Amino acid sequence: MKNSEDKIMLGHGSGGQLMHKLIEEVFIRHFDNPILKEQTDAAILTTGTEQIAFTTDSFVIDPLFFPGGDIGKLAVCGTVNDLAVSGAEPLYLSVSMIIEEGFPMKDLETIVASLAAEAKKAGVLIVTGDTKVVNKGKCDKLFINTAGIGRIKKEDLLISKALNLMPGDVIIINGTIGDHGMAVMNARESFNFKTTVESDCASLNHLIQNLLDNSTAKFMRDPTRGGVASVLNELVQKIKLGIEIDEAALPIDRGVKAMCEVLGFDPLHIANEGKVLIVASETEGLKILERLKTHELGKNSAIIGRIVSDYPGKVVLKNETGGRRIIDTLSGDQLPRIC
Amino acid sequence: MKYVDEYRKKELILSIAEKLKAISTKEIVLMEVCGGHTMAIHRFGLHSLLPSNIHLISGPGCPVCVSGQHFIDTAMAYSKLPGVIITTYGDLIRVPGSFTSLEKERANGSDIRIVYSVLESLEIAKNNPEKKVVFLGIGFETTAPATAAAILQAKQENILNFFVLSAHKVMPPVMKALVKEGVKIDGFIAPGHVSAITGTAIFDELASVCGLGVVVSGFEPVDMMQAILMLVIQIESGKQRVEVQYQRVVHTEGNKTAQRMLEEVFKLRDDQWRGLGMIPKSGLKIREELKAFDAEVQFNVEVPASSEPKGCICGQILRGLKTPVDCPLFGKKCTPSDPVGACMVSGEGTCATYYKYRV
Repeated sequence: MKNSEDKIMLGHGSGGQLMHKLIEEVFIRHFDNPILKEQTDAAILTTGTEQIAFTTDSFVIDPLFFPGGDIGKLAVCGTVNDLAVSGAEPLYLSVSMIIEEGFPMKDLETIVASLAAEAKKAGVLIVTGDTKVVNKGKCDKLFINTAGIGRIKKEDLLISKALNLMPGDVIIINGTIGDHGMAVMNARESFNFKTTVESDCASLNHLIQNLLDNSTAKFMRDPTRGGVASVLNELVQKIKLGIEIDEAALPIDRGVKAMCEVLGFDPLHIANEGKVLIVASETEGLKILERLKTHELGKNSAIIGRIVSDYPGKVVLKNETGGRRIIDTLSGDQLPRIC
Repeated sequence: MKYVDEYRKKELILSIAEKLKAISTKEIVLMEVCGGHTMAIHRFGLHSLLPSNIHLISGPGCPVCVSGQHFIDTAMAYSKLPGVIITTYGDLIRVPGSFTSLEKERANGSDIRIVYSVLESLEIAKNNPEKKVVFLGIGFETTAPATAAAILQAKQENILNFFVLSAHKVMPPVMKALVKEGVKIDGFIAPGHVSAITGTAIFDELASVCGLGVVVSGFEPVDMMQAILMLVIQIESGKQRVEVQYQRVVHTEGNKTAQRMLEEVFKLRDDQWRGLGMIPKSGLKIREELKAFDAEVQFNVEVPASSEPKGCICGQILRGLKTPVDCPLFGKKCTPSDPVGACMVSGEGTCATYYKYRV
């Protein structure tokens, strides 16, 4: 880092440019190894002749309970999805809890039951864990870390590496964007928007497995923190091609759209917890779209854009009047406008 | 979505663009003074729909951008006082002061909280009677009435640990100052939400004395295209005057209740504008009768002389004399993640808008 006075700011954890810089300049610099350098959602490891995917994620969400889920459900979905988008079949999870002294036992049990229910739904076993209790005020109620292991079939090994992407390839998403971020924000802040927006928090492994078994996707990633914009920007950096998104094609819930209009947010920057972005050739893409639409978690799937040879390294949004603008990653926390 | 979709209709926007092409003959410069307008122009790519003889330039309408360095430095000094909670609208926390930013002070342990409304700040004061809660009041006639309402409520409910550091400003003096300075402007796309509060009489002098076209505009692409068309018709026919495009929100006489509250709480003072200097009677100071809530009166802090960042041309950008791409720092030393000038911080700042939406 450039200055010994520098401190960690909230923006360093928000999935935008600041966080990428931190990862590059501190974590990767010290941990330096070829597996980590791939920077995929899950590390791909070889044991004997088998490939496994290994990932971890921490959950510090506030509030612990929100429309559409709670921290327990989220802790399973997050890790299961990181494995699933890497082309792996999620098998085992660990769950570690850091609990604040005085936390209600009843709430803990509700959250643990929710972890168990979601694990069952996703078909994974929670096989190990850890418990720490800290003094009151030393953590905010409850933090959860989960790690997960999954098995990868040889043919699905390259899915997270974004190889062979070409102009004309289509970009698909399995439904509306920004639901999780706006549902949590509405629950946390004092806006009191009267809205039915719920978190999309869901384990996507069954949906993704179905796709992998029946079609060929070139790339998959779950657009969580930093939203769709973050994933697409990382992708264009890697492939040295451009992406053009069609604004009219973006599936956005009315409530999410309205909240974003009022607060000055871009839904493309808002977090999702039950979405996957898929890149495929046009022919495969159309098949994938049809298949997705038959699944409960893919009813609102849509082709939202394409890989293009114009604007290499940039994600461009085409609006309905034909105007174009850049979609950048967020540079820090997304802040509401003031007037 | 009602009130949004119908104002983003492609056919309507394109038909106005056609009309503009048909009637516009003169080289004209239109200035939008509101940050919301700057953002809408870039977000919807309106530049590309206008004939090449119509030039849009951005003025000093982003409240974060024009708040003087001294204001930020003062807020920082308050944040270091024991028992003080600073409450602020989000954009402000990343604005670099002379030495540090509120975001960095928060990481250093100061209690700095983002609020979405000044009334939240009042709530925080109620819930923390042992603390002193300071609200950083920024913005024009749009946000100032809310601050006024909060101060009046604090007085009524006797909430004596609530204070406001006011950097609130009013729009007309800076618009006149730009014209007087000789910035070449043929017409103003006037701020919609400011006018909703003030009414339209505040612009009369610009039209009658300075001979400029003034059209109060809404913030959707159809609104803005229509406002530009109205201005072009005025200027082409030589009949410059004040007109309202944003009729669903703005009434000639404005919002009387809000005006009364502003009058009751604030008085005009000469104020410092970042990059533009001191502009007479352009700022809002809390009245003597309400000094119990005026942070400037109640807190005694030493604020070192502030310094503007070197090489930053925010001042010329806020005057519409230069565009961000003319600045040697733009996109290099000055980016949204590491801003040098305030225009790069706020989502409505001209530099941030250029950076974000440039293709």
